[in-house]
Amino acid sequence: MELFLQQVLNGLTLGGVYSLVALGLTLVYGILHVPNFAHGAFYMAGAYSAFFIMTKLGLNYWWGMLGAAAVVALISVLSERLVFHPLRKAPYLHHMIASIGILLFLEAGAQAIWGADFHRMETPYTQLLEFGGLTLPAQRLLIIGAAFLLVALLQLFLKKTITGATIVAMAQNREGAALVGIDANRVAMLTFAIAGALAGMAAVLYAPINLVYTSMGNLVITKAFVIIVLGGMGSVPGAIVGGLIIGFAEAFGAFYISTDYKDIIAFALLVLILSVRPQGLFAKGAH
Amino acid sequence: MKLFSSTTGWLLLLALALAFPFLAGNDYHLTVMSTAYIYAIATIGLNLITGYTGQYNLAHSGFMAVGAYTVGILTVDHQVPFWIAFVLAGVVAAAIGFFVGLVSLRLKTHFFSIFTLCVGYIMYLLIEKWESLTHGTVGIIGIPAPPNIGSIDFTEPRPQYYLVLFFLVLSLWIMHRIVRSLLGRTFMAIRNGDDLAQALGINLMRNKLLAFMLSVFFAGLAGGLYAGFVRFIGPGVASVEHTFDMTMYMLIGGIGTLLGPLLGAIGVPWLTQYLQVLQDFRFVVFGPLLVILVIFLPYGIVGTWMNRKRRKEALAAQAAVPGSPREVSSIPAAKGATHA
Repeated sequence: MELFLQQVLNGLTLGGVYSLVALGLTLVYGILHVPNFAHGAFYMAGAYSAFFIMTKLGLNYWWGMLGAAAVVALISVLSERLVFHPLRKAPYLHHMIASIGILLFLEAGAQAIWGADFHRMETPYTQLLEFGGLTLPAQRLLIIGAAFLLVALLQLFLKKTITGATIVAMAQNREGAALVGIDANRVAMLTFAIAGALAGMAAVLYAPINLVYTSMGNLVITKAFVIIVLGGMGSVPGAIVGGLIIGFAEAFGAFYISTDYKDIIAFALLVLILSVRPQGLFAKGAH
Repeated sequence: MKLFSSTTGWLLLLALALAFPFLAGNDYHLTVMSTAYIYAIATIGLNLITGYTGQYNLAHSGFMAVGAYTVGILTVDHQVPFWIAFVLAGVVAAAIGFFVGLVSLRLKTHFFSIFTLCVGYIMYLLIEKWESLTHGTVGIIGIPAPPNIGSIDFTEPRPQYYLVLFFLVLSLWIMHRIVRSLLGRTFMAIRNGDDLAQALGINLMRNKLLAFMLSVFFAGLAGGLYAGFVRFIGPGVASVEHTFDMTMYMLIGGIGTLLGPLLGAIGVPWLTQYLQVLQDFRFVVFGPLLVILVIFLPYGIVGTWMNRKRRKEALAAQAAVPGSPREVSSIPAAKGATHA
């Protein structure tokens, strides 16, 4: 039973991180219909910014997270302005290739500055909490708490504020949103900023129990793609539920099936589900 | 004027390629060129499915790895003669491509790409983890070179170069035959619009699947050649970065043209050779270059040049016969734009 609960905890941790990354991806997709392959590089850039702030500037973990969110939001907005905006009328293939260009640039840039080594990120939350026979590492609890808090805040923002509503309106109908006077450029920039900040914070949350390295975003972003395809591209609840499904599938798969093959589980799940339902698990229309 | 679209242009290129070993300063240059040719063969394959048929397959390097590992496993672990293993490399890649294509080609536009990205990861992870079959992260060492033909020894750089060149020319010729045939026209019709192609009576699934299998067949053969040429392979062959590399070659040269991917696949490695400092950081330059190309020169060098030429010809024709319709461009103009 303890072991089972331990896997639930692992699933929640992974699911939280995946949900945060997938949320950003799905928001950007909703607005621009761009599958942003560079999102994983944003995630990586977040971890490196925090790493830089903590080791070189000597500030603490929370400043690291805040800085990462700001830096990645900036990178994200810049890439919208400089790359995706000029391409908004181009065929889909061009978006994808351009986003791959950004991805390659950021990865190579990080490697040029910090080298190919793996780095450890320090966290103030190293203690282990004992609770009814369960061992709860504080950092994992922090990830779960912070992820759910951020998801809840994002939901409130999208549902309860006018600015948030403009994002939802744009995602629902671009022309309609323009007709009621919503500035498409502003909304696109805002969405990219939010997506970037979420990716940056997710990276800083997860990095202490993983490591910081240049290709750290690759698996996470690919899984985030799996999540948003499963949950329906552009769907916010779909990204959250999908993130948790993949998180749990991986945690339990690693424990009950094989640690070696745990990274394959998400992809195998996608292949399986799309083989049976090409339109995705929760999507209403066909792709 | 019609230098590259005519036979003389291609023969000139072939003559240059044949003379290259005598012009090259050392064996190292030959090795660089041979490697570039191998990747050119794979890029030609990727161009068939992406440039001509409009489906961006992100698992392409995975299929190249399938070819490489087919040769590696068969020759090293099962003592199968190289040439049999080499043929099987293409066949196995195409067979796996059949099943992957059957599922993935039901998806459109970027869903297909995301799906194949995942397939590529599964291939990479399987190669890395399935140690009893693939030797895991250690890779396969000591793959035999192609056996001697007569007194030609394929461990020497020069015969190796000509061997690879032979397969490159063969691939280009086959690709030329395909794109000039009704089949090639069918693929381009699918690229220009699924619905339109279907309205013309084209069986979408069957033709996409055929394009996909042909495309990965080239990848498999390139992988097989790579295994026999480098004689050591690791899971890295399957990594998606190689697909990104090939995308770059294709895009710089000109997507959806015969010459473009070839130029890109040969030109870019040489450029990185001369920018030695950039070896590890080449994407600091090539990443933004990719973005700039996509924004300002989406048809690459060859595509832009051909479009310009075509426009000139059309203008000349229009001046001669007032009111005559312009020639329809065969360069991808707005593929996929209508079915987002």
